[in-house]
Amino acid sequence: MEMRQALAKELDRLMEINPNIVVIDADLSKPNGLMALKKKYPERAFDVGIAEQNMASIAAGMSSYGFIPFINTFTPFATRRICDQIAISIAYAKQNVKIIGTDPGISAEYNGGTHMSFEDIGVLRSIPDIVIFEPVDTVQLSKAMPQILDYNGPVYIRMFRKEISNIFSKEEQFSLFSTSNLQKGNDLSIFCSGLMVQETMKANEELSKIGIKADIINVHTLKPLDKPSILKSVKKTGAVLTVENHNVIGGLKSAICEFLMEEYPVPLKSIGINDKFGQVGKIDYLKKIYKMQAEDIVKAAVEIKSKRKN
Amino acid sequence: MLKLDKECRIIRKLILKTIGTLGVGHIGGSLSIVEALVVLYANHMNCDPQNPKMAGRDRLIVSKGHSGPAVYSVLARKGYFSEDWLLTLNQPGTNLPSHCDMNLTPGIDMTTGSLGQGFSCAAGIAKASKIRNDGATIYAIIGDGESQEGQIWEASMFASQHKLDNLIAFTDYNKMQIDGTIDEICALEPLDAKWRAFGWDVVVVKNGHDCNEIDSAIRFAKFSNKPTMIILHTIKGNGISFAESAGVDSHSMQVNKELLAKAMEELEKAIID
Ligand SMILES: Cc1ncc(C[n+]2csc(CCOP(=O)(O)OP(=O)(O)O)c2C)c(N)n1
Ligand SMILES: [Mg+2]
Repeated sequence: MEMRQALAKELDRLMEINPNIVVIDADLSKPNGLMALKKKYPERAFDVGIAEQNMASIAAGMSSYGFIPFINTFTPFATRRICDQIAISIAYAKQNVKIIGTDPGISAEYNGGTHMSFEDIGVLRSIPDIVIFEPVDTVQLSKAMPQILDYNGPVYIRMFRKEISNIFSKEEQFSLFSTSNLQKGNDLSIFCSGLMVQETMKANEELSKIGIKADIINVHTLKPLDKPSILKSVKKTGAVLTVENHNVIGGLKSAICEFLMEEYPVPLKSIGINDKFGQVGKIDYLKKIYKMQAEDIVKAAVEIKSKRKN
Repeated sequence: MLKLDKECRIIRKLILKTIGTLGVGHIGGSLSIVEALVVLYANHMNCDPQNPKMAGRDRLIVSKGHSGPAVYSVLARKGYFSEDWLLTLNQPGTNLPSHCDMNLTPGIDMTTGSLGQGFSCAAGIAKASKIRNDGATIYAIIGDGESQEGQIWEASMFASQHKLDNLIAFTDYNKMQIDGTIDEICALEPLDAKWRAFGWDVVVVKNGHDCNEIDSAIRFAKFSNKPTMIILHTIKGNGISFAESAGVDSHSMQVNKELLAKAMEELEKAIID
């Protein structure tokens, strides 16, 4: 199933039981797979047109009336374009608005540099009270949605919208505010998020072959960080590799560094966008030129393991 | 204008080839501005393909930046770069990305793609040209869906406040955006009255695919002592039947080999006629 189908399905299910949910689009309802909701709930699912700033503050207004708006667009327009509306109308005013951004980072593909958000997590992470969640697969997204609804406050959902292989099984426990462990190991801690989780698991096959057993942890919620589980892993391994589909400034690496430097500094390496702008290309090509392939992860893991603290 | 009509058909062929080679692209909104682009570059733009950064040149800002394939086709025909470049749309290392990029493509005057911003950039360029007193005319093309962005109207007030009579803009009024028709999503009417109320001169071009009508509108705008909005009533996907009949879905379409071949045949016939 595509991520956007899982999103639509879950929104539909929740809208049926909760009359306060509204879904607002800014002319990207079609690519985000939400057109059917507008048909089924004409009062509560609607389009404001190409007007993202308007959308964010309209949502805040509706929230002040007791509604729970989910606003939808591509990640760059869901964050940098409407940063002040999110900061003031939504976060500062303490309104319960959920922000869905699709096509994060390199997954904007042919839409290129203008649509490729490498800074969106960084932009929102420095605004108080916003929960930042990046689902890995449809299982995680579906399990997260009711918890996101239960959380009274702004949540940014940074999601890939197309088909992606499932990493998690339906039986697994999921908690929005805890990390998800993918493999237990002692040689190093790999913290990974979003699209890069699949790539990390691919790298892990190589790492296993050369006898490296990493503690692999999916940080699906980048804010607030699940500090106890991160600390526990790092105390065990003494070395960290972060892997993300975002600028290494402002995203997962930054969040982990900010925390560990104060609590338990250890050698660290990172995979991600090294402070570059986006460009057109398919995901595989972009992974290659930004050095985000499994082989890059393997190389970094070997290197950082050799520098581990304990 | 027979010559220009023929040129428009050639441009449509190039757009089709550009998008068809890749297999997917923003075809609808590229096809709706062909005539405007052709008339501009044939009769009005003071520019030099050999010297794309010429000081005091007229500039064109395509604020609906996803129409890159149309602009690239016209620039290639004008001689800014070879037509072979068109086959590299969105390919690794290309100079022709989906959305217009002033740092990659000779002849592109502003980087666009985040809707609304290009129009303010155009106002800034027109203001700069006024201060330099270099006599340049600044042209801008915005989408009708794009006109829902507040930034469009912020820029329009700035332009009239600063009496930017060197700014000539076009609205590609193809009545469609991604999620539906403009009327279904967020209607613009009365669009001409809106622009007038914002201090602009307005020319309504009933058939935005008629080169003569567009040409007269531009000539009028050049004499106006206000910024001028030329509202082009256009058809999304115009001139290629599979795109035109797709309507709203022509915004971004897969163009496979068969579709490409059929449409090429259609245009080939039109060029001979
Ligand atoms: C700020 C912003 N929001 C959303 C988009 C995504 N987007 C690209 S084209 C488009 C529809 C544009 O419609 P319109 O302006 O009518 O263009 P046209 O019909 O001429 O293709 C949208 C929503 C964008 N590029 N920029
Ligand atoms: Mg349109």
